[in-house]
Amino acid sequence: MIAVPVLKKCGLDTKKAHANAVAVILPITVFSAFVYMLKGYVDLKDALAFMPLGIVGSILATWLLKKLSPYILRLIFAGFMIWAGIRMLLK
Amino acid sequence: MGRDKDVVKIMLFIKFIAGFLSGIIGGLGLGGGAVLLIYLRVFENSPQLKSQGINLLFFIPIGIIAVIIYFKKGLIELKTVLPLAAFGIIGALAGYFLTRIIGGEFLGKIFAVVLIIMGCTEIIKVFLLKVKEKCGKMKIE
Repeated sequence: MIAVPVLKKCGLDTKKAHANAVAVILPITVFSAFVYMLKGYVDLKDALAFMPLGIVGSILATWLLKKLSPYILRLIFAGFMIWAGIRMLLK
Repeated sequence: MGRDKDVVKIMLFIKFIAGFLSGIIGGLGLGGGAVLLIYLRVFENSPQLKSQGINLLFFIPIGIIAVIIYFKKGLIELKTVLPLAAFGIIGALAGYFLTRIIGGEFLGKIFAVVLIIMGCTEIIKVFLLKVKEKCGKMKIE
């Protein structure tokens, strides 16, 4: 949400902005994950179960992208975010 | 004893589904990081920092595959990416120290508020887009 607009300001078109955003975020994520593991907040095995189908899902998404209405998706997800936020606040 | 094994299997299955949905939604550009984080916090009651750690780890293989594909398509501009990534790592360090100060669970509350605000802004944006679209169509007629 920050990388894409910044890259666009750097002169990249939308497609390149999204692609390079991933390239920017990846090393930051690796670094952060490393720090978290070092500090003992998380362990690799905690995340293992989510990864394989996560990879499958994201590949599927690139195909799905052309086929789904962006409006409905964004609305559903927005509603989900609000519900989750309220739940987390009330805990 | 057998029931414990069943619970583990069911939990594993649910994790597969959660990972799958996170992958799809993330791949669609809808903020998949939030999906896994929400699942971990709300359904597994996982601590905030551990959840964030899992979320970070989860993204890595997906990110690597995506970058490889984009690179092969010639989309990656290293001269733009590298300085940004370097600054990002410094930022991440700063964020880490900030987290040490304010604590994981309070960070969780901040995240919850951010989610609500983001959700509301998204809904507004979608409706504004739809209105714009309808106005555009009316002008043509």
